[in-house]
Parts: sequence; C-alpha cells; structure tokens
Amino acid sequence: MNVAVCVKQIPDPAQPGVLDPDHTLKRDGKLILDEADSYGVEIALQLVDTAGAGEVTLVSMVPNGEVSGLRTALAMGAAKAVLVTDDALPGAGALDTAKVLAAAIGRNDFDLVLAATESSDGYTGTVPEQVAALLGLPSVTFAKEVTVVDGTLRVQRQTEEGYEEVECPLPAVVTVTAGVVEPRYPSFKGIMAAKSKPVDQLTLGDLGIDAASVGVAGCGQEIVAVDQAEERQAGEVVEDDGESFAKIVAYLEKLKLV
Amino acid sequence: MPINTVWVFAEAVDGTVRPISLELLAKARSLASVVVAVLGEDADGLADRLGEHGATKVLATGALDGRLKGPAVAAALAARIQGGDAPDVILFGTTYDGRDVMARLSVALDKPVLTNNSAVESDGDTLVVTTEIFGGSLLARTTFTGGGPYLVSVRPKSFPAEAVGGGAPTVEALAIPDLGAAGAARVTAVHVEESSGPKLDEAAVVVSGGRGLGEAAKFEMVESLAKLLKGAPGASRAIVDAGWVPYSYQVGQTGKVVKPDVYIAAGISGATQHMVGMKGAKHIIAVNKDRDAPIFAIADLGIVGDVHKVLPQLIEALQAR
Repeated sequence: MNVAVCVKQIPDPAQPGVLDPDHTLKRDGKLILDEADSYGVEIALQLVDTAGAGEVTLVSMVPNGEVSGLRTALAMGAAKAVLVTDDALPGAGALDTAKVLAAAIGRNDFDLVLAATESSDGYTGTVPEQVAALLGLPSVTFAKEVTVVDGTLRVQRQTEEGYEEVECPLPAVVTVTAGVVEPRYPSFKGIMAAKSKPVDQLTLGDLGIDAASVGVAGCGQEIVAVDQAEERQAGEVVEDDGESFAKIVAYLEKLKLV
Repeated sequence: MPINTVWVFAEAVDGTVRPISLELLAKARSLASVVVAVLGEDADGLADRLGEHGATKVLATGALDGRLKGPAVAAALAARIQGGDAPDVILFGTTYDGRDVMARLSVALDKPVLTNNSAVESDGDTLVVTTEIFGGSLLARTTFTGGGPYLVSVRPKSFPAEAVGGGAPTVEALAIPDLGAAGAARVTAVHVEESSGPKLDEAAVVVSGGRGLGEAAKFEMVESLAKLLKGAPGASRAIVDAGWVPYSYQVGQTGKVVKPDVYIAAGISGATQHMVGMKGAKHIIAVNKDRDAPIFAIADLGIVGDVHKVLPQLIEALQAR
C-alpha cells in the first residue's frame, strides 16, 4: 500500500504571527511540521505496516525551500518527500495550492492520499477536497478512524451529531481530524535516517504549471486591508483564597443563571 | 455587474433547517434581491421554512442514497451553472458538508474560495469578506479580483437569523450528473451520539476544559458543571489533540465558534487558536493557576487558582442550591 500524505511546514504557532507588507503571512524564517499533519503521517505509517508492503511519501509545498518540517515526518518513518518550491508561490490561494499538490501527487500512483482537515496557520479547510476533485478521486473528510479491509477503505466520518460509517474504493483522498491516533515520536535512529532520505525538489515548471496562474498573480483574490479587531477588556481577576467559588456563584446569580 | 442573485447552500438535520443556513439566508437578503436555497436532500418539510427566511426558490437534489454531499451537490451545482443559470455569489456555512461542496465546486468552476469569514459586505460590483486572523486580534478584509460566482464560507453565528414571513418558495429539482469515480464513497451507517444537554454552538452556557485539568478523567468536572448550568461542555484543542475528548468538543479557530451568554474556561490558558472561538461570549469566567495566562486579559471574572479545588467547590455549591 503506497500512501501519499500532504503535509505543511508552518511558522511556529507558539511565536506571534507576522504579516508581510502585502498582508500575507511571513513564512521566510524556520518552519516546522504542522502538528495537525502528524496524525495523517501516523495513520499512513500504520496502514502501510498493516498492509505489510508499500511506503509513505510526503507531498508538500513551500515558498522558501525549507525542509526541516519534512525531516520531522521522515524521522517518524515516511520513506521520502516531494517538495514543490517556487518564487511564484507566495500568496497562493487554496485552489492554487490544491493544483500544485495534485500535480505533484499525480506524478506517481498512490493507493491513498491523506491530509489533515485543515492547516493550523491558514485553516482554509478546502485543499484536500480540491485535490481529490482535481485528481478525479473519491474522498472522505473528517475521518476519526481509517481502516482498509479487502482493498476497500472504511472510515468513521465525524458529523455534527456523531459519525457516519463510509465505505470507499481505493484510490481515494481522506482527511483526518486531530487527536485520533497518538503520533509516534521520532527515535534517534529515525532522526539520523531522515537526514539521508530523499527530498525531491520540484518547481512549478517541472509540474507544467504556469507561474502566472498561481500565487499573488493568479489567485483571484486580494487582501485589501488588515485592521485591529476591537479588544475585549479584562475584568476582575482575584487570587483563589479558598472561597473564590462563591464569586463565580454570585456572578452566575447576577445573570440569573442559578 | 452588481450583485443580484445569491445562492445559499442550506443544510438540515432531522427535518429541521440548521441555524447556520438561516443566518446565511438573512445575509443573502441584505446582499441581493434574489435569494435561492440549495439543498443536497429532499425539500419536503424544509422549503416553507427556507421561504419564511427569504428564499424565493429552492433547488433540491432529493435524497442522495448514501452518496456524500461534497461531490454530489457540487457536480449538480456546476452543471446548473455551466448550463447558464449562474448566481453572483454562493454562500456556504463553515460546516463539515459545506466545506466539501464548496471545495469540489471551486475546482469544477475553476473559481477561488474565501473561507471562514465573519462578515460579508458588497462593495459595488464585488464582495468584501472579513476573516479573523491571529486569534481574532486582526481582521483581514479580502475581495475577489476575477469574475463570479464568488464562493464564500461563513462561520456559524456570524449574523443573526431573521424570519421575514416569505411565502412558500418554488421548488426545482437539481439534477446530479454521473459522478464517475469521484462519487464512489457511500455512507453505510449513521451514528448519533446522544447528548443530553444543548448543542455546543447553541448553548446559552458553555463550560470548557483545557490542559490544566491534568488528565482525561478530570473532564468529568467540566461535564458536571455544564450539566448543572444546563449548558454544553467544550474543550481546548490541546486536550482534543491529546485524545481526552472528541474533535466535536473543540472550541476555537479549528473547532466550533461559540457565543454563549456565559463561557467558563477551566484550566485553559487562552491560546489565540482557542480565543477566536469563544471571545464573542457575552460573559467570560476563567479559572487558571497561571496569573499571566492570556485568558485573564479577556475574562470578566478571573480566578487565579487550581481548577481541581475551585471546580469541585463550585459544583458542590450549585448542587446544594
């Protein structure tokens, strides 16, 4: 079973985000593997293990050629990575991103394409389904459990009220919600091995994509302004003296909730 | 070309139109004179309600027989639009199925999407949409530079729903073309997880727990308190990622947006990713042992203390009443 996992390298969410003058997110520093993607990588590794054959390939896109986030996923056990990097990519919208990823994925045959439901920095949440549409594949989003039985995909798909059981032939695209598996920590051996695993760097030209059709130039949208949101004011803050629960009760009483 | 026609992807559960869809209809009416609701299901029992909220026409695919809405509704909409009946704007809720339909349709029409918006306004011939970024501290306003249909998704509770007493709309069938391989997934069973209280994004009181709870078993305190206040339990992303509670509990940028009368944050430090999902609450009460936790900057009442002490005391006091 050969699985492609779409992963994204993002600015460290623990650091405050910074915007470039064109209002797009600054991405020129060190980038890390989006934690949301670690679940897809883990599920992919487990599915390949269960199948007893095949490998996990990472597919990613980044403007600046950064690979350190990919090394994290390679250290977990992915076999190799395909990284699309091009000066024309900054400002790419969700559809542009999907076109680039679909072209990169489409160069090889995969049984399954996995992705997170959304990235932690842009959180558009449409890219994997757009990739599926571009590749003409079926898809199941918001998976909380993924198994393959006799070559058929079985997914528990999160819904507002509970979950659905969905069956789907392969190849297919699946997005996984966070927290559904425990992503493995890279072992020392894994970290060392990751340094020499292949990262195939491609440009838009290699994929036959016109640079003018993606990024700021071609995304069909323009950020016209970024303004400060109205700030909420802090209220009363008290140290717990063993009786502060009574303050909460009084507050709820005032609102007639108790 | 001014904005004349807005379509709304409408959703229902158990024969009732979802609140987000009614909110979108209210926004659609303020943007355009012609408002059409699109259903990826049978219109029976739903059309009148959509009419009351301003839809003059309903396009309905009928039952999907296990097909997922993403590919089926998107293909049906694309065929209709490519056949010449094209709206200026299509509004989707930021929901499980809304995102799927929007994504598939964007590929079929080769049109960009603008997602997760909290405001949508017309500006001459185009739309300006507002997205909260960096935990809601900044508002990014974005416009489309090409032609429509403009595909826009909106977070629940961004606008109030408003019934306008419209009559029954006309209902037209929306034909689903052959989906080929893309439509091969089938829903074989539907599971409803019973919850005794109100829904997280509709509850008047939300009690959420975070990493400060220490361990999964302590989430029980959050559930007890929520139940006592007739509210819903929620969670920070940290404990969803840790597997303590399901994704459906998550409040935040990548979870649900809640705007209850009272939001009680227990052991939540207030990562920006969480704050964007709850800072619209009317009143915020926070309990956290770290005096410098960002949650205290937006709380109306902040208790610097141990949730393992304060919550049991609070629960006991409420039970005693």
